[in-house]
Amino acid sequence: MNNRRAGDSSPTFAWPAVTYLAAVVGGPLLLVALYSLLTRGKFGVGVVWDPSIKAWKQLFLEEKLDGSTVFNSQYLEIIGKSFVLAALTTIFSIAVGVPMAIWMSFRSARWRQLLVFAVTIPFWTNTLVRTYAWMLILNDNGLINRGLLKAGVIEQPLRLLYNSGATLIGLVYTFLPFMVLPVFASAEKFDFRLAEAAYDLGARRPQMLKRLILPIIKPGIVAGVVLVFIPALGSFLQPELLGGGKSLMIGNLIQAQFGPSRNWPFGSAVAVALMIITLLALMVFNASSRKAAETGQSASGLL
Amino acid sequence: MSRQQFNTRHLPGFGPLAIALFAFLYIPLVVIAVYAFNSNRVVTIWEGGSTKWFGEVLRREDIRNAIINSLQIAVVAMVVSTVFALGAALGLVSMRRRQRAGALVLIGAPLVVPEIVSAVATLSFFVLVKIPLGQLTLVLAHIAFCIPFAFLPMRARLSDLDPRLFEAAVDLGARQRQVLWRITLPLLWPGVVSGALLAFIISLDDYLISSFVAGPGNDTLPVFIFGMIRNGITPAVNALSTMLLVVSFVILTISYKVTNRGSHS
Amino acid sequence: MVNVLNDRPARAGLVVDNAAKAFRTPEGGAVKALDGVSIDIAPGEFFVMLGPSGCGKTTLLRSIAGLENLDAGTIHLDGERLDTVAPFARRVNTVFQSYALFPHMTVSENISFGLEMAGASRRSAAPRVSEMLALVHLEEMGSRKPHQLSGGQQQRVALARALATQPSVLLLDEPLAALDLKLRRGMQSELKRLQAATGITFVFVTHDQEEALALGDRIAVFNDGKIVQCGTPEDIYERPNGRFVADFIGEASFLNVSMIANLPDELFVNANRGAHVAVRPERVRFVAVSESHLSGVVVESQYAGPDVRLVVQLADGQMVRVRTTAGVPTPTVGGRADVAFSVGSLRKIEV
Repeated sequence: MNNRRAGDSSPTFAWPAVTYLAAVVGGPLLLVALYSLLTRGKFGVGVVWDPSIKAWKQLFLEEKLDGSTVFNSQYLEIIGKSFVLAALTTIFSIAVGVPMAIWMSFRSARWRQLLVFAVTIPFWTNTLVRTYAWMLILNDNGLINRGLLKAGVIEQPLRLLYNSGATLIGLVYTFLPFMVLPVFASAEKFDFRLAEAAYDLGARRPQMLKRLILPIIKPGIVAGVVLVFIPALGSFLQPELLGGGKSLMIGNLIQAQFGPSRNWPFGSAVAVALMIITLLALMVFNASSRKAAETGQSASGLL
Repeated sequence: MSRQQFNTRHLPGFGPLAIALFAFLYIPLVVIAVYAFNSNRVVTIWEGGSTKWFGEVLRREDIRNAIINSLQIAVVAMVVSTVFALGAALGLVSMRRRQRAGALVLIGAPLVVPEIVSAVATLSFFVLVKIPLGQLTLVLAHIAFCIPFAFLPMRARLSDLDPRLFEAAVDLGARQRQVLWRITLPLLWPGVVSGALLAFIISLDDYLISSFVAGPGNDTLPVFIFGMIRNGITPAVNALSTMLLVVSFVILTISYKVTNRGSHS
Repeated sequence: MVNVLNDRPARAGLVVDNAAKAFRTPEGGAVKALDGVSIDIAPGEFFVMLGPSGCGKTTLLRSIAGLENLDAGTIHLDGERLDTVAPFARRVNTVFQSYALFPHMTVSENISFGLEMAGASRRSAAPRVSEMLALVHLEEMGSRKPHQLSGGQQQRVALARALATQPSVLLLDEPLAALDLKLRRGMQSELKRLQAATGITFVFVTHDQEEALALGDRIAVFNDGKIVQCGTPEDIYERPNGRFVADFIGEASFLNVSMIANLPDELFVNANRGAHVAVRPERVRFVAVSESHLSGVVVESQYAGPDVRLVVQLADGQMVRVRTTAGVPTPTVGGRADVAFSVGSLRKIEV
């Protein structure tokens, strides 16, 4: 059945975009899956048509010169580390982003509009430039070290850059707006007469937050978790620039295989693995957001 | 005795935290901009204000080429992706449910798929179909990931419009095409403008995918800046970065104004 | 004369025959919005479709406009098949509940739109636009945008826009619902005036029974996708054909016949003693015990300006509503009340 109502445009209008994306995004994703099952090409560029699961084996096995294989945890550790960093990024973003979003939603309409715009600007400005800014702040000659040296707190510059901590700062900095905006969007729907009613009925602030605000912003938090965790897991620039060689994540591993390491099938296998993890995470969050939406609804329905 | 009224909107501690976070979001941007005006060649030691680095940056031919390359790609990607996205926003409304769900997955794909995966996938695709890496591959890739950004504001605007307006036009004798040109497009216009501007920014900002499909000698501005950063922190990087920030800021403000003015009428 | 369904003689006016339409619910079921509706509207008639929300009246209106397709049944206008004609080609215009004025166009441009769609240029449409502005008393407002107008003014622009192309039928979908009471009264007389001036058939949808009674030459009362009763306002109010209509239009008390004393037998010759009757509160009077049809105790008394509304509870628990003019002495709450009514005002009701 056609959904077309009077005055609606024809569905064929959508076909150019859909066809284009199928060709330039959808097809290539399948192509990567295919490449992960082929053999690396001469000189390491591209692939040759020789089906093999070698690339997948390489994720956790290492081939010795004599042809025997031993367990190799190197790549699994990178994946594990990416998970930990993405999870920490998400946790920090919730810890500070949720109160920030609630505070914003409690302002007057004019202020709210301005504050949302203020959160959106960093979100749209160049990630490379913003990550680079942290190099200026954290390096041995950077803002923090200069300040501390001048104040006499330290005598030697602290090694703030090129470690996982710096990567984490960069990730939280980049993805914090992705948590604040969806939580704000759901908190904004809060009806202040409910807070007045709650205080009138004898609730204290923590109780009001827990019983009234939390159920309303839960779907926003779940959305924020998706928007922070998934891109953080596949991030490249922050570990590359702030983590140095020591803080590799999945994104850097994939990039290296298509760049200097010249192993497209292995790079493709890691990319497919990342894609699968992403889809699994999306499915889990989807299920929990449906649940959160339901409980949120029943909570507001009760009032 | 205090006669201060109990403020139902007050939550102790939340305000200072929020202000600290706004500082966290903006201080790095301010740092770059301030250092860009530092006359000292050693970036982090302040010596006095100067705009000389901006002049130096604009005099360098390699940087000028990167800027021109980026602008050309951004303009083409903006126009094409906006046209595609406009068609999608208009056509999707009347699609069958399942078809529409499928189309939305494809349109949203560039947002959901990790950028690094998109980057290697696009590269693999161009190598397979033997399109030589260069401006063409950059444009083709940019169009793809700009589509969802151009699409979202238009779709939001369209779903805010009263469907009765289109029915009223048909009722008064307008054909499909007349409804489109006289009613739908004029009302959708703010969404189109803000979608196009966002697509422009997104294209101008992209580093990762561009770095994969640019090919030798075709650096976009972010790819060029990345190379400069790799070679060490210099005042020129700060000046270039500041210019990029200012461009993004100006475009965002325009987009914000257009969207807000549009929603009042 | 024998009428074969598919071979009706050409009749002037708007004829709906056996219209049916079902909607799917989100749960997967189906709701019959229209369930075999037939009406016959004369040219130049002010026809009101009245009913609670979800009764199918708006679906029928939208089907006449062509914004909804019928599952079954036909619509003819002046003898020609209408339901197969594209909505933009129908000589039928609609005034929407939300007015649906084009926000990016001025008042004049809104009114001019339909004329331009019919082939006129902006310039050649201009005299007609001025005429329409004058008709709805908005001569000064032509260059304003819709959001600069009050609700009542927007309403009149919507009317002018729909009337500009001189349609055969004007459909009005609860057009006064958003206006406050005073303005609504004013617009009601305005609508009557416009209809008389243009001679166009008006089909008016509302859920407000007072509005329906005030406006309609005839009223069709809808419930659950069917027409329950169709007739003049007097028919509907004075001679409701069932409990639904008696209850929905105005107020009524429903009484078991066996409770009523002193009833002339000839009225209910054929009625069994368990039958019910409906009586309007303004037809009930307080009388002396000897003349009374019913006796009970006043349980509620409400002063409402021009009149007083009381509820009398009978011995078996049934309630009778009474409305009397203020100033006339009435029993107080808790006091005994004996009431009577003119037998002619009783309506037999199938329960």
